[in-house]
Amino acid sequence: MFKNSHLSYGWLAIALHWLSAIVIIGMFILGLWMVDLDFYNAWYKDAPHYHKSVGILLALLIAIRLVAKLMQISPQGVGKRWEQKTAKLVHLLLYLGLFSLFISGYLISTADDRGIDIFNWATVPSLGELFANQEDLAGEIHEWVAYSLIALVSLHALAALKHHFIDKDLTLKRMIKPINQKKDLS
Amino acid sequence: MKKTLIAASLLSLLSFGALAADYVIDTKGAHASINFKIKHLGYSWLTGGFNKFDGTFSYDAAQPEASKVAVTIDTESFDSNHADRDKHIKGDDFLHVSKFPQAKFVSTKVEDLGDGNLKIMGDFTLHGVTNSIVIDTQKIGEGKDPWGGYRAGFEGTTRIALADYGITYNLGPASTYVDLILNVEGIKQ
Repeated sequence: MFKNSHLSYGWLAIALHWLSAIVIIGMFILGLWMVDLDFYNAWYKDAPHYHKSVGILLALLIAIRLVAKLMQISPQGVGKRWEQKTAKLVHLLLYLGLFSLFISGYLISTADDRGIDIFNWATVPSLGELFANQEDLAGEIHEWVAYSLIALVSLHALAALKHHFIDKDLTLKRMIKPINQKKDLS
Repeated sequence: MKKTLIAASLLSLLSFGALAADYVIDTKGAHASINFKIKHLGYSWLTGGFNKFDGTFSYDAAQPEASKVAVTIDTESFDSNHADRDKHIKGDDFLHVSKFPQAKFVSTKVEDLGDGNLKIMGDFTLHGVTNSIVIDTQKIGEGKDPWGGYRAGFEGTTRIALADYGITYNLGPASTYVDLILNVEGIKQ
């Protein structure tokens, strides 16, 4: 029940999935909101600080999640062949998008040799300016990848709902609670 | 008659050109800088500058009024030593450098105030808006350099209101204007 089976995700994968889902969507909203804060807003300084702090922790979480995914089996795909292939591709793009966001986000704020603080507990050091106009270029990438990622997340969620309500299969259910072959499917 | 007039005016232009020596601003050797300062909340000065620019001027100590200066600034080179702030300033709230990659100054008139002090009037373009400004200028010195060249250097200051250039992001009542501090050394061509 903790680990994945051929039929279902286990508790570890489920917990990591939903925790990252909440944080990713929260980070998107926070990011979108904070860039338009005016100078005298009380959150002008703190919102980016939290965005960066959570971003670094999210990078760690996703790295752990990827290791957990690779160290256990994945449940078998559900649906038609093209659906399974598309799902795999979308999952891959979601991971790629996340790591692009982590790298580009890191590069924005470290372009001036300053590290990134994680809630004043620790500082991730800077690698310095690696290319010209780093903060601008990394900022553009960060913004566009974020929009693309959320588009993919929407597609991912719609597909899950389609499987649940139209196909009436186990795709969504097995990501909410591990399914036990004997108990649940007899 | 007409021909002699043209010849005479051409001649005067030529002699005029010969009088005022042409200089190229030594950005290559970084003996020139474009700096700014703006108040932070009204409590302190925040300073920074543009790292990339180039320009030329003509100057003759005997005839300072004939001086001319033209400078082009690469706005993407804005630097206040803080990446997050630089990104914000270069974005569309302020300089919008993707749309307005260049700022420039072209002098229109120079007034000699004596003692090496000059008033340089000219058109300054920033954020796509051109206004005439006056740069209070002081000659720092001129003469031969140790490597066979000849140099002349100036310091200029001017104050611009951000709103005059269509930059209206609210930084507070103490921060509506920016002081520009220009240090320019030219090498005679």
